[in-house]
Amino acid sequence: MSDIAVHDVPPAHDDTTAGHGADHGAGHGAHATATGLSNNKLAMWLFLGSECLLFGGLISTYMLYRGRHGRGPGPDQIFDIPLTSVSSFVLLMSSLTMVLAVNSAKREDYRNTNLWLVITALLGSLFVGGQVYEFTAFYHEGLGFTTSLFGSSFFTLTGFHGVHVTIGVIMLLSLALMLSRGRVTGDKAEVVEMIGLYWHFVDVVWVIIFTLVYLIPS
Amino acid sequence: MAIIERPSAVPATVGPAGGVSAFVTPSKALGSYRRPVSTTGWKSWVFTVDHKKLGIMYGAVSLFFFLVGGCEALLIRLQLAAPDNTVLSAGLYNEMFTMHATTMIFLFVMPMAAAFANYFLPLQVGARDVAFPRINAFGFWLFLFGGIFLNTSWILGGAADGGWFMYSPNSSALFSPSHGVDFWVLGLQLTGIASLVGAINLIVTVLNMRAPGMKMMRLPVFSWMVLVVQFLLLFALPVITVALFLLSFQRNFGATFFDVNQGADPLLWQHLFWIFGHPEVYIIILPSFGIISEVLPTFARKPLFGYKFVVFSGVAIGFVGWGVWAHHMFASGLGPVTVAVFSVATMLIAIPTGVKIVNWTLTLWGGKLWYTTSMMFAIGVIVLFTIGGLSGVTHAVAPSDTQQTDTYYIVAHFHYVIVGGAVMGLFAGFYYWWPKVFNRLLNERLGRWNFWLMFFGVNLTFGPMHILGLQGQPRRMVVWPSKLTGQGFFNLAFWNKVSTVGSFVLALGVLVFVINIVYVWKKAVPAPLDPWDARTLEWMTASPPKEHNFDAVPTVHSLDEFFHRKYEEVDGEHGPKLVKVKTAEEIMAEQVANADTHIHLPSPSYWPIILAFAFPIIAYGVIFNRVLCVIGAAVLLLAIFGWALEPSVADDSDYDPPADGGESTKELASIV
Amino acid sequence: MSATIEHVDEPDAAAHQGHDKHHIPKDGYFIRVAIILAGLTALETSTYWLNFGSFATPLLLTLMTIKFFMIILIFMHLKFDNKLFSVMFYIGLGLALFVFGIMLFTFQFFRG
Repeated sequence: MSDIAVHDVPPAHDDTTAGHGADHGAGHGAHATATGLSNNKLAMWLFLGSECLLFGGLISTYMLYRGRHGRGPGPDQIFDIPLTSVSSFVLLMSSLTMVLAVNSAKREDYRNTNLWLVITALLGSLFVGGQVYEFTAFYHEGLGFTTSLFGSSFFTLTGFHGVHVTIGVIMLLSLALMLSRGRVTGDKAEVVEMIGLYWHFVDVVWVIIFTLVYLIPS
Repeated sequence: MAIIERPSAVPATVGPAGGVSAFVTPSKALGSYRRPVSTTGWKSWVFTVDHKKLGIMYGAVSLFFFLVGGCEALLIRLQLAAPDNTVLSAGLYNEMFTMHATTMIFLFVMPMAAAFANYFLPLQVGARDVAFPRINAFGFWLFLFGGIFLNTSWILGGAADGGWFMYSPNSSALFSPSHGVDFWVLGLQLTGIASLVGAINLIVTVLNMRAPGMKMMRLPVFSWMVLVVQFLLLFALPVITVALFLLSFQRNFGATFFDVNQGADPLLWQHLFWIFGHPEVYIIILPSFGIISEVLPTFARKPLFGYKFVVFSGVAIGFVGWGVWAHHMFASGLGPVTVAVFSVATMLIAIPTGVKIVNWTLTLWGGKLWYTTSMMFAIGVIVLFTIGGLSGVTHAVAPSDTQQTDTYYIVAHFHYVIVGGAVMGLFAGFYYWWPKVFNRLLNERLGRWNFWLMFFGVNLTFGPMHILGLQGQPRRMVVWPSKLTGQGFFNLAFWNKVSTVGSFVLALGVLVFVINIVYVWKKAVPAPLDPWDARTLEWMTASPPKEHNFDAVPTVHSLDEFFHRKYEEVDGEHGPKLVKVKTAEEIMAEQVANADTHIHLPSPSYWPIILAFAFPIIAYGVIFNRVLCVIGAAVLLLAIFGWALEPSVADDSDYDPPADGGESTKELASIV
Repeated sequence: MSATIEHVDEPDAAAHQGHDKHHIPKDGYFIRVAIILAGLTALETSTYWLNFGSFATPLLLTLMTIKFFMIILIFMHLKFDNKLFSVMFYIGLGLALFVFGIMLFTFQFFRG
């Protein structure tokens, strides 16, 4: 991602970096940028800010339509809270293992980084597996994608989240593989941290979905 | 990373095509992948990651789509030239106005602004390229493929016909059974992804790639406005993405989001569309505001009046623009409280816009005006945008808007601001920056014709539409019947004819521009280095700029850096006055003498275009055959891994820490 | 190269040379945070079995907000990192809450 054009320009002191700018972000191996912050991390945070509006739109659509299930099953009849609680817990714990991966990478302990990345990916897959099971069960209980507004908006929202988790799992596994083959050049810790940011964001979205969709009675 | 290395003893030559005594190292095969190395021929364009080449390609493609959209407009005006006309069938007419709007907004104005931003933003902030050059290339190709995809709908069963805001339930398969809307939805998704990655890229570029000393409050106004636009894109695009997903899930997978029979709220579409759609209005206009904020001070030969006010009012427009979307929905029964709140919020936007107009006018006040074509277009923007802004205020007043909704009065308003504001501003940019990009001055005599034809064309075409609208002619109606023509001065027949004639005058103006391009291309007279006595950093380099933009990355000491290097203030008889102390050529020579000895530029790459190509395959698959989706997804995955594993052509030793003990510059990580 | 002259003006130049670790806490700290998050999740889930009456919704929303900020501030390092990252993210978050809040308001969502 970082075909940075300029490397030999020292950073300008700048008034936009909110004080302690330069001693953060530009860790070892990062580029000297005008703000002292890493291009990659800045880009990732911008992307996550943008994702807020994507999920905001999907969640609002669901909230608007959750009560409109016609003759099909509604949220109260169909949700399996114990199952979803377990998978929420799994995803939450995957955030912890992700943090441990990032910390290991910062210590340049890449064996442990890899270990934690793979465990995170496994927990993520477990979550996706739970979602697939849940979707199948709902379908057999009469809630399809086309059944009702509730069905369409529920599957769209949780499906989008599930796709995000799946992409995250692929990125985690690829990263672990590339790290073990020595194919990640540059600042390895920053790459792990960036994928970590994405992963935590996906987790945080689920924190909201779990409460708004599953737990709050409609 | 192609390396341009120059032994510091050898002075660089200032040639037109970046003739620097540098060399690009050949590709090194690392693993199984190589990087493209062509520096000439078609490969040097297709695989390029150079922001300048991408900028030119953005410009060329959007100019082409401008002509396409213009032809669609002429067909619409021909149909409306006479009562009960039969130039177009009703169905074709619907497709024509939908694609005219979609093409002009998404395939002309937005990418043309992206062309200017791509080319000039790195130059204006003093950078050698954007922050993520490969992503930049990916954005361009995805935009191109998205545009082509969208337009293939014409030959694959008919284009979209629901109007550019594609209200539900009109957009459902029941009312629009062809694949047109599917093409429209997926095409906009593709161009949307292109704009989103472009937005992230340009924001990081502005924040992180500024030259030493280029503080935010020393950024040229154009760069500032582009930055605001990228933020608007960043946060507005995901909203339309959601809306488009909902619509395509409904049309292609049987979801029920806008199905009224199931109890859906069609207003949901309107909200999602306009939450995106109103920031979009500023996405269209602000680049143009930025351009004329560069052009006016240059040709008035004095600094921009109230730089900070112009910048902050641009930011304010960006923010307030998020709170006014429902004024597009006043006639939809939102309820009195909502309408009142949005009505007031909309009027508030007139304040920062007015601030800008005042600042531009005061920039002209007391200046030694130099009426180049570029300057005339810029002044044209002030005049025409003000007219469009005033009719806009009449929309903000909800009771009056209820009368105007869906009439030609609305059409008149937004064409005054888009054509009179945004498009004329882009033309000011063409004439201003053409010598920088192509080392040719556009012909001023043809430029006069271009300007006046367009200026009169705009007024002749869109001025009468105010009357037509107030007389009650609805927009998007294929015919106006002769029995409703009316009598006297305000009869529809006369003003519709005027409008049609005007549209051809406008088209003639655009044609003169195309002729101008060809004319100066053939004539091949090089332009002076600094033809306008300009003020900002992009002029402090060769024309066209070398591949690495600046021989020495400039250190910036003030706003309008280039100007202040040329001129110094001395005490004269009547107070301080400016004296030219250096010419542009002398400053260039200084640059060359102090040239950086070791410059890294990003290498060309195969993967951006391959990655972009995966998207239209998937999109065709969604419409026609899901097997294509699988193939497209496979290409996508392959391209992402190819991208991530792509080697650098630079030696590892090239990334050793600099000798002065600064930080290591290893920069080969490529993950996303 | 003219740029090197500016290097001395850079007040934080020294900071670039150290391999700074973002002042990120040690593993133990994150494990404690995760335990708290797990506890909060357990509390959330308990609303399914225990009847909190009309307190349930405000309680759940509060817990959700606490968990949200614990993750973004601590796990995502916003608390320790440069403020510019926070600004970028909070603009997006704030706009999302603002526009979609108003949208749902116009649908009279908060009335029922």
